[in-house]
Amino acid sequence: MTLVRHELRQGRVGFWIWTGAIAALILICIVLFPEMKTQMDSVSEMFASMGAFSAAFGMDRLNFGTLLGFYSVECGNILGLGGAFFAAFIAAAALAKEEKDHTAEFLLTHPVSRVWVVTQKLIAIAVQLIAMNAIVFLLSVAGVAFIGEEIPWKELSLLHLAYFLMQVEVAGICFGISAFLRRGSAGIGLGLATVLYFLDLIANISDKMKALKYCTPFGFTDGADIVTEGALDAPLVAVGMAVTAVFIALAYWQYSRKDIR
Amino acid sequence: MEAIRTEKLTKSYGKARGIIDLDLTVEPGEFFGFIGPNGAGKSTTIRTLLGLIRPTGGRAWVLGQDITGKRNDLLARVGYLPSEAVFYSGMRVREVLKLSAGLRKTDCKQAADALCQRLQLDPERKVDELSFGNRKKVGIVCALQHDPELLILDEPTSGLDPLMQREFFAILRERNRAGTTVFLSSHVLSEIQRNCHRAAIIREGRMIACDSVEALSRTSAKRIVIHGAADLSGLSGIRDRQDTEDGVSFLYSGDMAPLLTALAAGHITDLSVAEPDLEEIFLHYYTEGGEAV
Repeated sequence: MTLVRHELRQGRVGFWIWTGAIAALILICIVLFPEMKTQMDSVSEMFASMGAFSAAFGMDRLNFGTLLGFYSVECGNILGLGGAFFAAFIAAAALAKEEKDHTAEFLLTHPVSRVWVVTQKLIAIAVQLIAMNAIVFLLSVAGVAFIGEEIPWKELSLLHLAYFLMQVEVAGICFGISAFLRRGSAGIGLGLATVLYFLDLIANISDKMKALKYCTPFGFTDGADIVTEGALDAPLVAVGMAVTAVFIALAYWQYSRKDIR
Repeated sequence: MEAIRTEKLTKSYGKARGIIDLDLTVEPGEFFGFIGPNGAGKSTTIRTLLGLIRPTGGRAWVLGQDITGKRNDLLARVGYLPSEAVFYSGMRVREVLKLSAGLRKTDCKQAADALCQRLQLDPERKVDELSFGNRKKVGIVCALQHDPELLILDEPTSGLDPLMQREFFAILRERNRAGTTVFLSSHVLSEIQRNCHRAAIIREGRMIACDSVEALSRTSAKRIVIHGAADLSGLSGIRDRQDTEDGVSFLYSGDMAPLLTALAAGHITDLSVAEPDLEEIFLHYYTEGGEAV
């Protein structure tokens, strides 16, 4: 656990900044909801009828005037992008930063195996993602209670679970890439998260592009699907977790054999 | 069982840099010097021995264990000081030392305190604020605090002031007397000459000599310094000739009789004949390959 503890210490400032920012933005949205709701009756229809734009964000199938509709679009996007960026940021840096900062030489000349290092770093990423999501979830629930709305436990839990799994996949992919990098990890991680996000938007816009949903973890975070189906899209999630496993295996393989400069 | 043994150890990086067919043996308890200029392959050798990089050919054993196998047990018994010690930013010296001990699953607080005191290192300082020399001291404590059987030190004295260098070598000699094997890479020959039993000289990735420091220093050549004038033109075996204002200095490896005849025929006011120091030997090894350093 020595390295896990060390990783968490090293990442604690970043963790609190990201968690604080995501939670604060979501809370602001939630607090704004009651006021929005009174104006929504007229606006809702407009939001739903913006064609491809509405489809991209699932607003054609969700009622913006209800808490869940509003939450899964607004807060979903905040947690979706913010969470994905955070996951990409910490995972892409995890292995690469040691070489970039020239600390790999210090770390790997101690009696630790490369496999152990990779495992400890994975645990540290998992702890940070779980903690961030737990904090954001609890604050969101508290926020919903605060504005006096009934808490839709099932849908809310499913939405947050979907976003968590999405972050796990983004982190897994970035972690795999991280093993191959020596520098510039943050840019690659954030760039990748952005590309994955837009792939999902494109998949939502065009029926021809539906298959793209399988290429991006944002595919199973579609609020409209989750709220209307009352469940996650199991095949999409399964594909996502398989991709995650492949990239993590790739990280173990590459990091165990790579030359440390 | 040797402390370090390599057989035709090779590491190539695609281009010319690296090491080629390195055969090296360091016995337990030795104080071994590894000499070469920057870029000769000293660090590559050390990093290969520690498993940071994989050899492209040959084999090597450290403390009897193959370096390509599981290295945990091996690394637990080795202390390593990198040529450029870098630590995690934001940490205090004390935290770095504790992390290092933690990664070794040991508690060496006492040893760390004693070493910090001897090296005049403040454990409460932040590593980011340390000078190069002070960062080096942190590296030294990390390498020594767990009392390893084998110390591998890469350019250990760069950045240390002369007083600290003396204290550092005093610590190394104490450890060595207590049985620790010391493997020291350096391009400063005097510190090898003063401290090491044996030394290897590496040049462009190849080992060009390996012997006791005494034997390396001992050659048939003498450093001759004369004041006055003499006609040396007929003599063979003169190297590194330096003409001074009132005389000449050179390395001489030819027959003594013709030299003495030539000197007797000249007007010599003063004469000294001395063993060349390792620096000159080193120069000799390096110029022999055709290019001066």
